[in-house]
Amino acid sequence: MKFKLLSILSIFLIVNACSSSNDETGGTLTGSVSVDGSSTVFPVTEAIAEEFGKVEPKVRVTVGISGTGGGFKKFCSGEIDINDASRHIKEKEIKVAQKNGIEYIELPVAYDGLSVVVNKKNDFIDYLTVDELNAIWKYGSTMKTWSDVRPNWPNQKIKLYGPGTDSGTFDYFKEAIIGKKNNIRSDFTKSEDDNVLVTGVAGSKYALGFFGYAYYAENKSKLKVVPIDGGNGAVSPTSKTINDGSYSPLSRPIFIYVNPEAAKRPEVDAFVTFYLENAASLAGEVGYIGMPDKVTDRVKSRYKNRQTGKWF
Amino acid sequence: MSNLSSTILVKRKRIDNIFRNASKIITWSSMLILVILLYHVSITGIERLSFDFLDRFPSRFPDKAGIKSALHGSIWMLVLVTIISVPIGVITAIYLEEYSTKNRLTRFIEINIANLAGVPSIVYGLLGLAIFVRFFEWDRSVLAGSFTMSLLILPVIIIASREAIRAVPQSIRLGAYAVGATKLQTIAHHVLPIATPSILTGVILAMSRAIGETAPLIMIGALTYVAFVPETIMDPFTTLPIQIFNWAARPQAAFHEVAAAGIIVLLIVLLSMNAIAIFVRNYAKKKYDFN
Repeated sequence: MKFKLLSILSIFLIVNACSSSNDETGGTLTGSVSVDGSSTVFPVTEAIAEEFGKVEPKVRVTVGISGTGGGFKKFCSGEIDINDASRHIKEKEIKVAQKNGIEYIELPVAYDGLSVVVNKKNDFIDYLTVDELNAIWKYGSTMKTWSDVRPNWPNQKIKLYGPGTDSGTFDYFKEAIIGKKNNIRSDFTKSEDDNVLVTGVAGSKYALGFFGYAYYAENKSKLKVVPIDGGNGAVSPTSKTINDGSYSPLSRPIFIYVNPEAAKRPEVDAFVTFYLENAASLAGEVGYIGMPDKVTDRVKSRYKNRQTGKWF
Repeated sequence: MSNLSSTILVKRKRIDNIFRNASKIITWSSMLILVILLYHVSITGIERLSFDFLDRFPSRFPDKAGIKSALHGSIWMLVLVTIISVPIGVITAIYLEEYSTKNRLTRFIEINIANLAGVPSIVYGLLGLAIFVRFFEWDRSVLAGSFTMSLLILPVIIIASREAIRAVPQSIRLGAYAVGATKLQTIAHHVLPIATPSILTGVILAMSRAIGETAPLIMIGALTYVAFVPETIMDPFTTLPIQIFNWAARPQAAFHEVAAAGIIVLLIVLLSMNAIAIFVRNYAKKKYDFN
């Protein structure tokens, strides 16, 4: 009996092996490029990899989603060529990299605007200042109801939604609104899946949540975005305000980190060059905002000169 | 007096009725939830399902996205996991049931196997990352993934196989010995063939778990975007649940439909796998039917 089972399985294997013949069109390079890291940056890298595959079909590009932190762990031990990161590399991670003799080139590839959203039926909110956001989200916050934030708002409990504490989105929000040293309150609904947050905010009239711009842009009919006043008047996140930096402090760059040692391999070099060349246009297609040409040119020259270390 | 006893009887019958109806409602409501779930998934996904869908690689456009690399990755893994875990699992079960003497060591092994069956899958992922990916330097290959999955399902296979072997009547073994068969002959010619149907049931359950698990594979760093199918066991890969999870987490609603189509494919793979196993099992059962 066992033989029969095995033979059925081995037929599977053979069929599998035969059906996997490669396309023989275009491209001269071979080899592989391994990318891992943030699931936030994934859609951009996936779009680039898809287009790159048309130019260089024999190069095998793989993209994982271990998260920014998980990706850096692999990057800093030299297991991958490129790490997708939705935040800067941390001091701790730099130390590990140094110990292993790994250098990095930090390249911003697109912008994301963290969007603060409320329910569609919320008719009282006009904007929030950074100070108000801080007061709501900081550790030990006394803001329980909307009327605690501004007295003329309804005396209804605020239901808070945000990404899980492992995500780069969470890290960035915390740093921009609460500050590096202080903690964020922990009594909010967390989810690593932003669609859960969208559903949560869309289903509860007095909810407040935040996540990446792409999730707001796809759910405009269900959500209302809150303009944020960072000191220069209230600004809503749009591709324009995120691109020119006026949506501050919640617009953030997303990065790829390239190992300069790996960039010596022609297929990795070709991939990164292709990435920087096309990031601006492809980022828009997947819900991010491409960077202005001026910045892109600086990023390109930074890569060309193989400038390692942190940029800013 | 008789009045009293009849009220007690009525009361008892009422309690009996309540319990019967409660179990009925519970059974049917869980079935209903399953049906609603399947209906919802089929309705959302069926339009995206086509042969093209099976033959395309992932894409940023929902209309062009396909499941080829994930489907192939899952099948590769399934085949390798079978090759790795079934022989090891069955041979371990044979040793524990037929050869080992009951002592402290075998008791220790038995307790450990039972405990391992309850360990969360992500822990196996950590183990796989440390041993297969880093120590053996197999990287994020199909081989590393398959060994990790094999570890995960081995306890289930061993336990099921042991139960199956234990259920073989002692008279069969004695009969074999009586006509002069060696222990190996007895096991190979009599015990194993009779136990096969039940062993297969355990294997099916274990395989179904292996094909649906994501956490250990994410842990060892199985990939999400792979635009080629594995050609050797050392190639990187992705699997159906990872791809489905990624699509479901996208902001675009169209990708959620693609995810639903992916779920249908996963279900079809699972069901056809079970169908093959049930077919084989029934065949084996017929051959060794004592009743």
